[in-house]
Amino acid sequence: MSGQELGLALSVFLASLVECIEALTIVLAVGSTRSWRSALAGTGAAAAALAAVTAVLGPALTALPLSTLRLVVGGLLLIFGLQWLRKAILRAAGLKAVRNESDEFVEEASAATAAGAFGRGFDGYSFVIAMKGVLLEGLEVVFIVLTFGANQNRVGLAAIAAILAASAVIIAGLLLHRPLARAPENAMKFAVGVMLTSFGTFWGAEGAGAAWPGGDAALLAIVPFVLLISLVLAAGARRLAPPIDGGPGPVEAVAP
Amino acid sequence: MKPLRAAATGIWDFVVGDDWRIAIGVVAALGLTALLAELSTAWLVMPVSVVCLLAFSVWRSARRT
Repeated sequence: MSGQELGLALSVFLASLVECIEALTIVLAVGSTRSWRSALAGTGAAAAALAAVTAVLGPALTALPLSTLRLVVGGLLLIFGLQWLRKAILRAAGLKAVRNESDEFVEEASAATAAGAFGRGFDGYSFVIAMKGVLLEGLEVVFIVLTFGANQNRVGLAAIAAILAASAVIIAGLLLHRPLARAPENAMKFAVGVMLTSFGTFWGAEGAGAAWPGGDAALLAIVPFVLLISLVLAAGARRLAPPIDGGPGPVEAVAP
Repeated sequence: MKPLRAAATGIWDFVVGDDWRIAIGVVAALGLTALLAELSTAWLVMPVSVVCLLAFSVWRSARRT
């Protein structure tokens, strides 16, 4: 496995892990308060839709000329990655609330209880909420799988990394029966943001016709460069404004 | 028209997010790189742009908090 492929697999795995943890919270909340059968049916329907989107768009993207693909997909990946990274930096600086899965679970469970009683059969509320949650979180995973995978013509490898992450979260959910609140979500989001931004920068420039010194090896410099800049910005942002109540410091938010 | 508009808004929110300046900046940086592609230093445009865009966006958000 080449360095780029390893970066692809790791980035997709981490991004999928984060999104699956968020989706698990929603499914657990509606499943435990209303109907497991309907919540799991909604989850299955969303997973099938996401797999279909990947199966259709994957080959279509890889059929594009490489320079066009790298320009368009590199640019999209960079826009998407910079948004992830910006939010992760603000959370690491204590300027944006860090997502808490336990709080999200309580909120979703309260809404599910308040939605009213349901019969013994199929529960439409559980189905729709679980399907919507998994679909929305999963679309980000599909976007990352397709952009990373298509650029290296390894959509299969990217999909396997995403499936492994989803399996790990499902197993943890089955064993624990509660949200994975102790997972270092912001540290993972920070890492994913760095990887998306780095690969987007590399592929975008290549797609626009620039040649990187050292070729593919330039990524070995771009990734640490983006990480360093992000850490410096997180430290600097913390000094610009007072942190929100209960906001973590940079070390707590980024470190696992 | 409503479903189309909703779909377009959804895609915009999904990709561009809450700071459209980043998207405009990335497109401009890619365009400048393409214009300078013949130069051996054209690769510098993207990393410099990324630093500037990220710093500006974080700075704006931090100031508003």
